[in-house]
Amino acid sequence: MTAITDLKRDAAKNGWITAPGFIDLHAHLREPGFEESETIATGARAALAGGFTTICAMPNTEPAIDSAGLVAEVIARGVAAHAARVLPIATITRGRKGKELADLVELAAAGAVAFSDDGSPVSDGQLFRNALEYARAAKRPVFEHSQDLALSAGGVMHEGVVSARLGLKGMPAAAEETAIARDLSLARVAGGRLHLSHVSTAGSVELVRRAKADGLAVTAEVTPQHLALTDEWVAGSRAFAWEDDGDRVTPYGTSTKVNPPLRTAADVRACWVGLMDGTIDAIATDHAPHASTKKDVEYQEAAFGISVFETAVPLLLAGIAAGWGTWDRVVAALTTGPARVLGIDLPKDDLVVIDPKAVWTVAASSLLSLGKNTPLLGRTLTGRVVACAVDGELRLDLTRAAV
Amino acid sequence: MTWQRRHVLATDDWTKAEIEQVLDQTGAMVEVLNRPIRRTPALRGRTVILFFAEASTRTRVSFELAAKALSADVTNITASGSSVEKGETLLDTVRTLTALGGDVIVMRHSASGAPYFVAERTDAAVINAGDGWHAHPTQGLLDAFTLRGALGDLAGKRIVIVGDITHSRVARSDIDALVPLGATVTLSGPPTLVPSAWRCGMTPRGTIYEPDLDRALDGADAVIALRLQTERQQAGLLPSIREYAKTWGLSEARVARMRPDAPVLHPGPMNEGVEIAAAVAHGARSLIETQVTNGVAVRMALLYLLAGTEATA
Repeated sequence: MTAITDLKRDAAKNGWITAPGFIDLHAHLREPGFEESETIATGARAALAGGFTTICAMPNTEPAIDSAGLVAEVIARGVAAHAARVLPIATITRGRKGKELADLVELAAAGAVAFSDDGSPVSDGQLFRNALEYARAAKRPVFEHSQDLALSAGGVMHEGVVSARLGLKGMPAAAEETAIARDLSLARVAGGRLHLSHVSTAGSVELVRRAKADGLAVTAEVTPQHLALTDEWVAGSRAFAWEDDGDRVTPYGTSTKVNPPLRTAADVRACWVGLMDGTIDAIATDHAPHASTKKDVEYQEAAFGISVFETAVPLLLAGIAAGWGTWDRVVAALTTGPARVLGIDLPKDDLVVIDPKAVWTVAASSLLSLGKNTPLLGRTLTGRVVACAVDGELRLDLTRAAV
Repeated sequence: MTWQRRHVLATDDWTKAEIEQVLDQTGAMVEVLNRPIRRTPALRGRTVILFFAEASTRTRVSFELAAKALSADVTNITASGSSVEKGETLLDTVRTLTALGGDVIVMRHSASGAPYFVAERTDAAVINAGDGWHAHPTQGLLDAFTLRGALGDLAGKRIVIVGDITHSRVARSDIDALVPLGATVTLSGPPTLVPSAWRCGMTPRGTIYEPDLDRALDGADAVIALRLQTERQQAGLLPSIREYAKTWGLSEARVARMRPDAPVLHPGPMNEGVEIAAAVAHGARSLIETQVTNGVAVRMALLYLLAGTEATA
């Protein structure tokens, strides 16, 4: 533990921030099946560079993580990576096909920390009710990607003024909000632990707020990108929600294509308000790395997703600097909040050290993730993770370079 | 004024002066086209590549005639279906086009934004001949030229655009060409075919939405009817084509609500009897054939401004 003690002393001396290691409820590590986009090892290292010492791996891989053997394999590869702690999420339905429940009790026993068909909602209301009820026996939360597929069909960005101008098919806020309303209604009858993934609209935040006021045991997460970027980024803006419009880049940049889509500045503001008043429990990255072949195409053909791990902290710090949130609340949403969602204790000997004044420019070569798909490329950000410890072991250390 | 732009991707950020410069240049090109020998050496030695990844005859032929009238070498690359279907990515195509060494790439593509993708990756000048629902800037400019010819100065004029606004690159480019010239645009059409934001008080600058076509046409200075794709009915956006024709089709009685002699435009190809009655399409107010002729001139003007080597005189 001397390394950790030294690190804390250096942090105090240099004006660095220390915090318990961050827990990410929502990450796509792409292995098995899409190793050109990310692997468990590269993802777990990139997570550390973003301050995340625990990451929950989404099961939308090929094959999908829907059996005890696959859960065990993800755990084994996570241990072998020896970087961030990797916790597997298993599917809700067999093959992520939305037709029949996966063996939830067995998956939990194998080490799955939650269930999700992320990327696809469970459209069948009866099946989703069954999932919520049956997951109680497995003592695990259900993470739902709430989206009405008929309302969002063909959509590639948020439906609004910008999509109208760009001639791109939009996904209305209602596609998310009607699905969340359904999920909350089902949770009322089913009980169980419903966790809403990547909430992104003002209406969604309000629905969760009211459900919590009614005493429903629901939790929700928001991503750093939905706390900073807006749909104007698709049109070439690179101004954060709290900034005035400045220089623009070429429109239709596919690194802005993400699901749920980047929303309006008013939605970003509502997400911050929800985060601050406790409506939103956790900040989760939805880190979604993609190989360039999936993104170097027409906007409507491009894959959804942003590579987020390594830019999450500076995005959040920028929002705090703008006065939209506080560091204490952000740290809680990165640590105790997600731990409560998972029903686990905060790992005692995890630590993250952040240099809040470090100024750096995001470049493809500076990202450890194989996914370079971030609209922040070329942008100068303030704040950087300089060290991480997992179980008392220093696994990321840039302090010598940073001093 | 010296021409500054390298590409013509959309006119949404063009100044009034830039649009007027193109229209004035178009006037000069109409004179060239009225000569006994319709040819000038303005683009001699230049290569124009026509890359049409979406079916089109009219626009492609219009650009081909324009390029040939300027003595450019013209090459056609056509592709059926999307790049994904044919197994070649747009990125591959751009690399090929760049290697071929064209000076100007004229492109049509079914994906909104595709010309920006190409323009960012090639040294050639790119002219957007239509991208998805987004823009068709040469159509917008030729409509502005045609309307200026019929109405004079467009400042204060009220132009109606009726039809499937949501899926129309023509509507967007007409707005982007007409509003900077001082015209106001009234959009009309079924609420299911107008972008939601534009129905909720967030219409583009210089435009309003009026679902009732009769009210939209009352006293208007001109109308542009858009082509209705029959697949919109299959997608559940319209109860029936018959009801559409009855409610938003341009009949003789309807066009009579406009100012006397107010012209009727249509980008073609028309569904006669659906968005426009045959008697209107071929009647005294129709400028639809003039649009086709002006289309060649406006494309000549743009090719010349982007890649001209010699004076047109």
